[in-house]
Amino acid sequence: MAKSESEMTWKDLQIGNIVTEPGSAKQYESGTWRSQRPTYDFNKCIKCGLCSIYCPEGCITQNKEGYFEADLFYCKGCGVCAKECWTKVIKMVEEVE
Amino acid sequence: MATTRTGIEGSIAVGDAVKMCNTDVGAADPITPQTHIVEHLAELVANGELDAEYIPVESEHSAMSACLGSSAAGARTFTATSSQGLALMNEVVYVAAPMRLPIVMAVANRALSAPLSIWGDHSDMMSVRDTGWIQIVTENGQQAMDNTIIAFRIAEDPRVLLPTMVHLDGFNLTHVIEPIEFPEQEKINQYLPKNRFPLPLNPDKPVAMGDFAPPAIYTEAKYAQEMNIQNSKKVIIQAWDEFAKLFGRKYNPVEKYHSDGAKTLIMTMGSAGETASVAIDELRKEGMNIGQIRLRLWRPFPFDELKEAVKDADVLIVMDRALSHGGPGGPVASEVKSALYNLAKKPKVVNYVISLGGRDTTVSGYKDIVKKGIEIAAKGSKNEFEIYGVRE
Repeated sequence: MAKSESEMTWKDLQIGNIVTEPGSAKQYESGTWRSQRPTYDFNKCIKCGLCSIYCPEGCITQNKEGYFEADLFYCKGCGVCAKECWTKVIKMVEEVE
Repeated sequence: MATTRTGIEGSIAVGDAVKMCNTDVGAADPITPQTHIVEHLAELVANGELDAEYIPVESEHSAMSACLGSSAAGARTFTATSSQGLALMNEVVYVAAPMRLPIVMAVANRALSAPLSIWGDHSDMMSVRDTGWIQIVTENGQQAMDNTIIAFRIAEDPRVLLPTMVHLDGFNLTHVIEPIEFPEQEKINQYLPKNRFPLPLNPDKPVAMGDFAPPAIYTEAKYAQEMNIQNSKKVIIQAWDEFAKLFGRKYNPVEKYHSDGAKTLIMTMGSAGETASVAIDELRKEGMNIGQIRLRLWRPFPFDELKEAVKDADVLIVMDRALSHGGPGGPVASEVKSALYNLAKKPKVVNYVISLGGRDTTVSGYKDIVKKGIEIAAKGSKNEFEIYGVRE
């Protein structure tokens, strides 16, 4: 389906809301739930990847430099990564308008 | 038309109708007064008369869950229940309509506990009022049998795809032996095409059903469901019309009995209709300008047909076999009042709650209700509703 969920009208819905394509949950922006966002001091990062293992959303991947970073489209701001980080790279800050 | 009439119990006729529709799956748990329907169905499968899976589940919650699965796989699916059983399956009953699963369920209408009662009223029907199922109400065994066949045709129509309930009053219909005309098998085959569920569960083409809908889409999903059931009415009427052409018996959303031009109308739903008709005959013989309307289609509610049927009346006495506690009285009268409220010309509506938990209302009872109802309409009353025959 080409339209995003927030653009679809009732007529665009599949019969019985049946999902015919795999991976449709990828479209869902759970990042809007967030009240805090992770920030990074990569100088301290040892690239252990523990944050990505603990992330309940599975939204932490390695960036081009090999540092681990959350995808804010999905990150709910739970802070588990900041709590688990050995070297205190991650700090949660309030989301502001 | 060569037809044979057989003296047979309403429940057995419903079971035979399920067989004649070549149903694929039945999943049910026996509960009074539905028992004879599912016992007979189990027997038909065990004897090899019907090539189907009969799943003797451990509860009604499981019965409806099994029905969801089999219907999702594209199988023609039937279940039946009553009262506490319907209450137990309630959670899953809600799931079937938005998933567009064309399950057919017979409900042997019975009171709900407490106090415990195995006898008939419409409390169970009202507990599933808002589940999104199409709901057809019958008045005798013939209608129950016919509408079981019709229900499959409506439910599985690609323009509808909605689960459909056929209500028949416990004992008054389920356990009464009546002369019933059995529809011919070849005509049923002609009337009822094969189930064509468009996106069935299929390992070669996987789909996900009953998924999560976030706030961005839930309202649209509910609106789609609402449009779906509203649009089903014309298909229901068409299914009834075509049934009449083939079998000679015509059904309507609102059945009329001497109602055109009548100043006083009595409105019934279910098996009470025929007894009330006898009262109407007697009152008309005595010279009273009175008629009757009988509600056949409870959901989708036939607003237009109702307005048309009561347009000449000054007084409309509505019978209910259920009570919305702490509310406006009977659920049928509540719907009727809501349908008529914005009309410039409308009859005065008087609501009588009758026949709770299997208490009989007789012909003389209906005559008494008419007399009292007309008085209430003339004088007015502080009560939203009356309970007929209650000892205060």
